Amino acid sequence: MVAKRKTDLGTLYKGSPGQWSWIAHRITGVAIILFLFAHVVDTAVVGWGPTAYDRVVAVYHNWGVRLLELGLVAAVLYHAINGVKIMLFDFWPGTTRYMKQLSIGSTGLFLLAMVPITWIMGRDILNLSLGWNL
Amino acid sequence: MAVEAAERPPSTPSRGALGHGTGRVRPAGGLELWSWLFMRISGIVLLFLAVGHVLIMHVFDGGVSRVNFGFVALRWQSPFWRTWDWALLVLALLHGISGLRVIVQDYVKWPSARFAVNMLFYVVGFSLFTLGTVIVFTFDPSRWPGAS
Repeated sequence: MVAKRKTDLGTLYKGSPGQWSWIAHRITGVAIILFLFAHVVDTAVVGWGPTAYDRVVAVYHNWGVRLLELGLVAAVLYHAINGVKIMLFDFWPGTTRYMKQLSIGSTGLFLLAMVPITWIMGRDILNLSLGWNL
Repeated sequence: MAVEAAERPPSTPSRGALGHGTGRVRPAGGLELWSWLFMRISGIVLLFLAVGHVLIMHVFDGGVSRVNFGFVALRWQSPFWRTWDWALLVLALLHGISGLRVIVQDYVKWPSARFAVNMLFYVVGFSLFTLGTVIVFTFDPSRWPGAS
């Protein structure tokens, strides 16, 4: 039966130039929403006063958590830039002719932005974990 | 039901207007079309709200190391930041849970399981919306004098 072909219902999507950015968009999106679930709760603790909030927020000052935080920033940035690319293709279908260039361009923009961000956040992480003073 | 409408016709390509890796195929109408459009409109707004939030709170000016009760008390003196944070809360939850719904459509095929998983996300989302809204609009640091 033709209707049951796996690719049409798509549990494992494969076979188009956009497949890697499609997977990355999903993974970053899920990571962000799962973090948001926790983040709304930890921010809400501010309503229980300084003792409670400062204890919770101290978790974010741990260098291992700061490393995850760098990943979060990267996820948000990738999802945002790739989202713009998706909208470009959706609202101006003619731009799909330049899909390869736009994919390289948006990935390049993301990587370029991550250079100073990794330096700024990574410096703090190294200072905290190794006692350096960068 | 909505579960039926969510199935893609087998004759169309899985992804993208041209069968390339763009977003979802633009749905023909109804809830799916509004959800498709909402993802893009909220995405544009979140481009500024979420990226701005992440850069301000996590990257520049010491990032999260400067965040404590006093910082939040000072920041939320401004209605501008309270509005920003509340808009971010609402749009990020709606955008994220709409995204989860699309992913659930792809991976959870059994209708009862799909319904249960979606309901779980809706309940979590609504609870967090309520909690966040109450805190953003009722937070009053003067209840803890000397703390900030």
